[in-house]
Amino acid sequence: MSQNTLFDKVWDLHKVSSLQGGSDQLFIGLHLIHEVTSPQAFGALKDKKLKVKFPDRTVATVDHIVPTDNQSRPFKDNLAEQMIETLEKNCLEHKIKFFNIGSGNQGIVHVVAPELGLTQPGMTIACGDSHTSTHGAFGSIAFGIGTSQVRDVLATQTLAMNKLKVRQIWCDNKLSKGVYAKDLVLHIINKLGVNAGVGFAYEFAGPAIYELSMEERMTICNMSIEGGARCGYINPDEKTFSYIKNKLCAPKNEHWDKALRWWKSLKSDETSIYDDVTILDASKVEPTVTWGITPGQSISINQQIPLLDDLSPNDKLVAKEAYEYMSFKPGQLIKDTPVDVCFIGSCTNGRISDLRVAAKVLKGKKVSKNVKAFAVPGSEKVANEAKQEGLDQIFKDSGFQWREPGCSMCLAMNSDKLIGNQVSASSSNRNFKGRQGSPSGRTLLMSPAMVAAAAINGKVSDVREFINQ
Amino acid sequence: MKSEFTQPIGKITKINGQCISLIGNDIDTDRIIPARFLKCVNFDSLGESVFEDDRETLKGKHPFDLEENQNATILIVNTNFGCGSSREHAPQALMRWGIKAIIGESFADIFYSNCVAIGIPCFSLPKKSIEEIQEYCGNQFLFLEIDLNKSLAKSKDLNFNLEIKESSRKMFLSGEWDATFTLLENENLIENKFNQLPYMKFNNNLL
Repeated sequence: MSQNTLFDKVWDLHKVSSLQGGSDQLFIGLHLIHEVTSPQAFGALKDKKLKVKFPDRTVATVDHIVPTDNQSRPFKDNLAEQMIETLEKNCLEHKIKFFNIGSGNQGIVHVVAPELGLTQPGMTIACGDSHTSTHGAFGSIAFGIGTSQVRDVLATQTLAMNKLKVRQIWCDNKLSKGVYAKDLVLHIINKLGVNAGVGFAYEFAGPAIYELSMEERMTICNMSIEGGARCGYINPDEKTFSYIKNKLCAPKNEHWDKALRWWKSLKSDETSIYDDVTILDASKVEPTVTWGITPGQSISINQQIPLLDDLSPNDKLVAKEAYEYMSFKPGQLIKDTPVDVCFIGSCTNGRISDLRVAAKVLKGKKVSKNVKAFAVPGSEKVANEAKQEGLDQIFKDSGFQWREPGCSMCLAMNSDKLIGNQVSASSSNRNFKGRQGSPSGRTLLMSPAMVAAAAINGKVSDVREFINQ
Repeated sequence: MKSEFTQPIGKITKINGQCISLIGNDIDTDRIIPARFLKCVNFDSLGESVFEDDRETLKGKHPFDLEENQNATILIVNTNFGCGSSREHAPQALMRWGIKAIIGESFADIFYSNCVAIGIPCFSLPKKSIEEIQEYCGNQFLFLEIDLNKSLAKSKDLNFNLEIKESSRKMFLSGEWDATFTLLENENLIENKFNQLPYMKFNNNLL
């Protein structure tokens, strides 16, 4: 049993009661909702004749279903229109703050909450979306929940939960040039496996982690769930505090001083006890690309797709499925694999720093004529900032389409989809079968810089060759 | 002809039924219910779309399409079942197709809690036992009687000691898996907690 980690401290602070059989009733400090996983929860409240207990502790935005080409209402897709209308109605009825399209603050829920300063150290945060782990980058304990649990948080501001174990993932040294947070997290998932995190919260620590910017830390925590860990976090430090300072919802004046004092007291003790510790050398990580149908099936840009014999017995079954689905041969190089679609965006890599890195690669270059490339900013704020910096123009000049904010082709609930067995180079988080909207579509996950490089060459490329030019 | 769907309510103590085996590790919730079916404001029609793309690919040979499995209620799976997206639509779709319990090598965390929250017990068994069941199911009908009190599954040929988190087992037995009202019983404690949390004081200018 872990002791005195940040996870233990935040958990204990929010524990309301012990429930039968050993689970805890946990208070949720911040609840984020969106259009896809909330309508049935509001429906259930109605059925049970219940109210939202603390409407001020829930914040809504719309992201999954929004079109990224034309956002004028009503949406062309009737079902999408029905979903946004339902959310509007529910928020109005229950007095929940809703950041709608055009508010200047709409966007992917995991991009929006941090940039508004809603996400803060020491909070418990829940949202009906598995990538809620993103918020752990600020030293909060954040995890995804299902719709019935959304109902419970709305009705009670609490959840019945079993306390997780804590694994520290210590990343030594520093990432080298051309290697990004995305590469590191893909590497971690590959080394530990996609189900190693089941029953665990991941504490990411070590010099390579502390070196990362807040946005890069969000990329790491975001993908905890792809390693099976529902919750991933990083102890807060000066970078965390200065990121939050002056954000719209950040504490102000004397409240800021109080907040800062409390936040500084929030971290795992040096004498903390972990259920497990894993140590990795970040300097060994290279630009990483997935070749299969789980985020754990990744290799470095210069490596070959693994042979069946090189894999553990447990990994063989999925590897066989992956070779077939992806039409890859064991031993084949991933580099130079032709790509049809390039997508930069998502809650993993749709932030301003991601767009800056990609734009740097794209500047003065053209997207291959065989590629459809599009960039989807993570939020209206990100889009505005990008426009102020002229990044949108760099993307457009290169041949990228510049879109409106939303989840887009990460999960393809709008009209941004792969067609047939197209191959995408994608800065998103999941390469599952059919994930990007075509039942036979194929996804190669990589960093935004690597997606930009793939777009220019029309094939999987080593971004370091562009950076060093 | 499939029997009409009824939502579980109250205490869940015994589940008897035919097994349906689905072989594969890391079967994610996008596969259980592809994202395009999430465009809905209720769960009612999800049952028919469960595993839609996998079924389409296998052209009638998917376990969920086989004639002999149409009345099955106990799903047998391998490791990390239900990984990926937190969409409750996945267990809802399974439930509306007819699944009442799942036995597997392991389950993804969010999927597991979603199953508890809607009244589908998920049990674990070692790899060897799962493979034994899957092989058996490949050759003949397997009917299991699951007893939550004893954490036991038995048929005429096979017996298994099932593993399940004690907290979940107790919630199924007491009916408190439908947690809202249990949580609300502690209303005073919830209010106290709200007032004690340091950040509620310095975030009074929240929005």
